[in-house]
Amino acid sequence: MIFRHPVFWLTLTFAGLMIAVPWRGNNVSMREDLILVAIAIILASNLNLMIGYTGYVNFGHIVFYGLGGYIGLYLATVRGWNLVLSALLAGLAVSLCALLFGLGILRLRGAYFALATIGILVAVQSFVSNFDPWGRSTGLYVSFDAYQPLGGARRALWITYFLVIGVMALSMILSLVIKTSKFGLGLFAIREDEDAAVVLGVNATVYKAIIYSVSAFLPAVAGTLMFYKNGMIDPSIAFEFMLSLEGIVMLMLGGKGTVVGAALGGGLYEKLRSFLLTSPKLSNFHLVIAGALLLLVVLFAPGGLIGWLYRLVPRSEKVIE
Amino acid sequence: MTALLEVNGVTKRFGGLVAVSDVSFTLAEGEILGLIGPNGAGKTTLFNMVNGVYKLNAGKISFAGEDITNRPPNEVVHLGIARTHQIVKPLYGMTVLENVTVGACFGRDYLQLKPARKVALEVLERVALADRADTSARSLTIAGKKRLEVARALAARPKLLLLDEVLAGLNPTEVEMMIGMVRGIRDSGISVLMIEHLMQAIMSLSDRIVVLNLGAKLAEGRPQVVVQDPNVVEAYLGFPDIVDKLRGVQ
Repeated sequence: MIFRHPVFWLTLTFAGLMIAVPWRGNNVSMREDLILVAIAIILASNLNLMIGYTGYVNFGHIVFYGLGGYIGLYLATVRGWNLVLSALLAGLAVSLCALLFGLGILRLRGAYFALATIGILVAVQSFVSNFDPWGRSTGLYVSFDAYQPLGGARRALWITYFLVIGVMALSMILSLVIKTSKFGLGLFAIREDEDAAVVLGVNATVYKAIIYSVSAFLPAVAGTLMFYKNGMIDPSIAFEFMLSLEGIVMLMLGGKGTVVGAALGGGLYEKLRSFLLTSPKLSNFHLVIAGALLLLVVLFAPGGLIGWLYRLVPRSEKVIE
Repeated sequence: MTALLEVNGVTKRFGGLVAVSDVSFTLAEGEILGLIGPNGAGKTTLFNMVNGVYKLNAGKISFAGEDITNRPPNEVVHLGIARTHQIVKPLYGMTVLENVTVGACFGRDYLQLKPARKVALEVLERVALADRADTSARSLTIAGKKRLEVARALAARPKLLLLDEVLAGLNPTEVEMMIGMVRGIRDSGISVLMIEHLMQAIMSLSDRIVVLNLGAKLAEGRPQVVVQDPNVVEAYLGFPDIVDKLRGVQ
């Protein structure tokens, strides 16, 4: 059972701390820092389902986050629906889109698949940039009234924060549940050798489509929450290609294919990035450092931080998924 | 005995090359059927058609009375045909036990993880890999990898096992062991269709032999009969009277 797994309790403790510490001191700036950490963990964990578990490199993962943000924000502000309902519907809609995209592009392998994911990102971005109901390239703005149902902007921001932390915990638990399941075993087999997996009986076509669709759901939900919190969305921030690439750096840094590694990489990278961005001397260099970091990890620690831990303490592989 | 596998007039073309042309044979339940032929005869292509990796250009394949022509490989496994690969394909990043668990999970019975792991352990015991269960598949020797191929296929609990050159690259002791294993598999009620180049082994193991040459069926029958067929000798050695001719030159 999943409740017996140490990583499950680790996730809950981590999420609990993320909620309790800023809330107790009513520390708004810490909350704003941590929400970015949580978003990074959500993106990295769900990207891990594709790259780490299934072996399919998705360069356009951010499209789920941006599209989810648009759909959710449209429902919550223009239509005035309940925020949680809007976020869930956005998640479902984006998952469905992903399923359709996936059935098309998952026939491709390796570099061709990776290129197709970039194509999807660009196509969706240019569609949204020209889509009238979503404000074309100026995007959507959340009017102040939209925060009223949650008791005003101050409370709404805290509630959104708690929801994001919830989505973060769910992302990690989802990763854990999949990793320890038969479905996960099938995905790992596809990652190692897709042809062999099919001959062993794994229905790779269906498995890949499902995981691609699943990996879209929580990022889309998080997109709704995050852009609702920010009060606006436009195509350039919703579909930021750099963030998509940084997601891959996060995974490599923490250790792809592991639940804890994805979260650790996401969290640490986000911390590093905000440090670099706010430091006056280094602010223009954060992508240079990200690139160098990726290079170092790939060359010297292909398993990332968790892979390094596995090598130091082989027994840890049995405990830390 | 009833026919378990019926291959009827199957043809496979790759562009202009006819790899397998109008081949038919049947395999009876409980039989070990050997498939031999020179390199490029179309043996592995035939395997790939039976288990659904290749689509047929013509012909029909049925298994246990059911038409399985052009069914995808993962469905063919569920119906009860498992195979090994000539060029071994371990899932390198996984342990030996995990490799075999995949076979059990997605095989004929579509087991859940726990029972699948149990089956996997039993099978590993059977192929003498139990002591390597927790090591990475990468660390196995070639003989070990061949046994892993067999174990994964067996874990699917097939009715028919396709063995593609499981003896190639093994030393005499390992060959001995593998031959014993194949006999054991048949005795446990699984029919076997095997490709093999090692004549001694195929002669002693097979109940019947099908010979392919240049994509077509050349001969079929009991091993002792087949090897004396002049056409077969010619396919392997050149002209059947080549020995006499060479003497004449001297």
